[in-house]
Order: sequence, then C-alpha cells, then structure tokens
Amino acid sequence: MGRYLSTLRIFWIASLTAELEYQANFLIELVATAGNLVGSIFVLSLFYGRGQSLGGWSWEGAMVVLGVYTLLEGVTSTLLQPNLSTIVAHVRTGSLDFVLLKPIDSQFWLSARTVSPWGLPGIAMGAGLIGYAAWKAGATPAPLTLLAAALMLVASLLILYSLWFVLAASSIWFVKIWNATEVLRSVLVAGRFPVSAFPAGLRAFFTFIVPVAFLTTVPAEAILGRASGPWLLAGGAVAIASVVLSRWFWQFALRFYTSASS
Amino acid sequence: MRVALRQRLGHGRRIAAVLLSSQYAYMLEYRAEIVLWALSGVLPFIMLGLWSAVDAGDGLGMSSLQLARYFLAAFVVRQFTIVWVMYTFEEDNLSGRLSPYLLQPLPLVWRYVAAHLSEQATRLPFVAMLVGLFFLLYPAAFWWPSFSSLLLTVLATLAAFALRFLMQFTLTMVCFWSEKASALERLLYLPYLYLSGLVAPLALYPEAVRNVAFWTPFPYMIDVPARILAGEPVAVGQSFAVMAAWAALLLPINLLLWRRGLRHYSAMGA
Repeated sequence: MGRYLSTLRIFWIASLTAELEYQANFLIELVATAGNLVGSIFVLSLFYGRGQSLGGWSWEGAMVVLGVYTLLEGVTSTLLQPNLSTIVAHVRTGSLDFVLLKPIDSQFWLSARTVSPWGLPGIAMGAGLIGYAAWKAGATPAPLTLLAAALMLVASLLILYSLWFVLAASSIWFVKIWNATEVLRSVLVAGRFPVSAFPAGLRAFFTFIVPVAFLTTVPAEAILGRASGPWLLAGGAVAIASVVLSRWFWQFALRFYTSASS
Repeated sequence: MRVALRQRLGHGRRIAAVLLSSQYAYMLEYRAEIVLWALSGVLPFIMLGLWSAVDAGDGLGMSSLQLARYFLAAFVVRQFTIVWVMYTFEEDNLSGRLSPYLLQPLPLVWRYVAAHLSEQATRLPFVAMLVGLFFLLYPAAFWWPSFSSLLLTVLATLAAFALRFLMQFTLTMVCFWSEKASALERLLYLPYLYLSGLVAPLALYPEAVRNVAFWTPFPYMIDVPARILAGEPVAVGQSFAVMAAWAALLLPINLLLWRRGLRHYSAMGA
C-alpha cells in the first residue's frame, strides 16, 4: 500500500510539472467550465421559468444534481480521460508490454499514471454549487446525512470509473474503440438532470443499462438528506459490483492480448 | 480564352472527383468509428425525453408531436454539420504532415472539405437507419416533408455546414502559433451548444435571449434547418441573408490569417 502511495506521488508530481507548461489552458478551462455551468443553468431555467418542475424536483434540488454532474465532469478530465485515453495507444504500439512487465498492478498504473489539473475548476465549481444549493434547499449537515452523501459520492465515482475503464479496456480487441467513450460521455449528459424527469422508458434505461441515476440523482438525494434505505443499498451494491466487474474484465481482456503484431 | 477556362473547369472537376472518391474510400475503412461518432450525437433525443415529460402540463406552445419532429430534425441536421477540421489540422501540423500537403498544387482547405463531405456520406446510411428506428418506436411522429422543404433543408444544411466550417477553420489558424490551439474550440463550442437549438427549439427561449441569438450565427446551424425540415414556419430569405453576412465577415479574416500563418509556419521538428 505504502509503495503504491509513494509511486502515485512521483507520478502526479511529474505529470503536473509537464502539464503546467501550458498555463493558458487553465484560463480556457476555467472559462469553458464556467460557461458550461451557466449554459446548463440557463437550460434548467427554461423548464423552471415556465413554472414547471423536472420530475418533482425543486429548483435547488435540480441545482444539486447539476453540481454533482459538474463535479464528476471535473474528475473525468482530471483523472479518467488523461489516463484511460492512453490505453488505446499502448495497445496499438505494443507498449502495453512494458506496462505489464512493471512490478506494479497494471490496472493501477493505467488508471492513475497521470493527473491533469485542468479538471480542477470543474471540481471546485461543482462542490461549490452543491454546497450552496443544498444550503438553499434547507438541507441540514447532520452527521448521518454527511455520511450517506459521502458514501454515495464515492459510489458514483467508482461507477463512473468502472464504466470508463471497461470501455477503454475493450480496446484490447477493438483498437478503434476510443470513440465509444465519446458515446458514453454524450449519454452521461443525461446526468445533468434528475432521472425522474425522463419518461418511463428512458428512466429505466438510465437506471439499469447505463446507471446514470446512481451517478448524479442518488448522490443528490443523499446530499439533500432524503435518501431512502433501498436506494443507498442499491447505490453501494452497484458500485461494488462495477468495480469487481472492471477488475475481472481487465484480467479477462489481458488473456487476449498478444502484443502488437510485428 | 474560352478553351483555357473550359480546361481549368475540367481539371477542377477531375481533382474534386479524385479527392472525394479517395477520401470516401478512406472513410469507409473507418465506418465503425464513424458509427460511434454518429451515436455520440444523441443529445437531441435526451432533450426530447425531458421536454416531452414536461409537455404534459402544456403551455409550451409546441405540441409533443412538433417537439418530436423538431428534435429528430435537429439530430439529422447536426449529423451533417459536424466539423472537426481543427483537430485534424492540429494533428497534421504537429506530426509534420502539413509540409508535403502544402507542396501540392492544391489549396489545402479542399482536402479537408472533401474529407468532411465524404465522412458525411459514410454517415448517411447509418443516420437513415436511426431515423427509421425512431419512427418504429414513435410511429405517430412520422411525417413526409414536401419536396420543396426537403430541397430547402438540404440547401440550409449545406449553408450551415459551410458557415460552421468557415468559423472553425478561421479559429484553426491559431494552430500556426500555438501547439494546443484545439482547446479554443471548447470555447467556440459553448455558444454553439446553447444557442444553436440543440438543447431546445429557440421558440421556447425567452424572447430577449431569442432576439439576441438570431443576430449570432449559431441558430442558423441547427434550429433554422431543423425547423424547415420539420415543417415549421421559417423566415427563409432572412436566414440565408444572415448566414451570408456572417460568411462575408469571416472569409476575409480567414484568408488574412491563413496568409500570415503560412509565412510564420516552419515545420515541427525541423
């Protein structure tokens, strides 16, 4: 464990130093994230402005959902995207060989090798929006609520990670799979809105097939202090199952890896 | 004089045919990838889900059928106006492929235009399949646009594609000065996303926002062609005039930046 932590520190310091060479990017990301947030709030106001609500959620509640979404987007561009996007190249060029030979878990290396600071504005703005909207909605920071909220946020991060990892790992078979993560990203946009706002068919799709509901709606419910026991249990179960699945899937995929053909 | 012109025209047509057919063959190789790109344009359907659930309380000024047709049309229009020249150009520039291209006796931009058009042709059957699937799931929404509105949609979509291409290609010129210029596209994408009508028909926007939006080029890239296709009333002449005005504004900037950029250009890794 200690070895993993110290390697992580070295990895991240090195990648931060490299990324900070492009400082103008920080400004662009800041403006892009803020602009995206303003745009999303504008879209929400299109619904609420005419006195309608989204699936029975209050304006503040919908803001919490948007905050969780923004936070997840931030984590995606900080950790998931920069790391998992390289798996394709490793498979194509055969440099995955070197990763597999390293005396460290290959899934860990591929998932945590770099960190990009450009998602930090998203994380900060998401957390800020969550706090502000939850306060406005009248949520109380009772210890039990905080615990449930923290657990559900961790669960949602684990689910998100597993979805990305499984798709990225499929590149062992299909080298051109990278666009599949774009499809995933475009479907996850649904997480900007409470899942109950969708018609029944889509709601089932976003709960059971692509678990968008567990990514943003369930954590938001927990933050607002109105999570019900079954949903909390389901969130935890889906998270554990998806991590186990991603682990198993990687071991399974590696059996089919035969290095680059040459 | 006349003969020289005819020769040049014939020459141009031959080049266009070769470019298009070779790019089409190249794109067909990546058809699975292009299907995935097409699938990643599901946003209009997600928004349709939201709006149709809200519609129960009505007062929208648009029936659920109108909404379904609008968002389907928006999906189709989006599929044929996607522009990615900035990413390709950036890669060509960084990998040094730009130099041999520049030596060819053909303005570089046509290579990219041909690539985009061929990619759209590759998408076509898949988009048709998705539209068929949509009507299978939602047969009530089926409609058959009149021939004239179909023709007008094609024209408007082509104009929208040309305008968006010109816009992104103008921004692409920053690649001559910076290595990570494609980050700028994220900023250009923001007003496009929220003002083009991908998230909601502009008719549902508050009037003040709508009035401002129609001065920008963005609503003409999705909302206007989609409404023509869906059979809604559109001020056609005015829309084409605004698009032409924006193109007339962007083209000289583009040409100027291209000329300056080329003078500044030196191959990467040289």
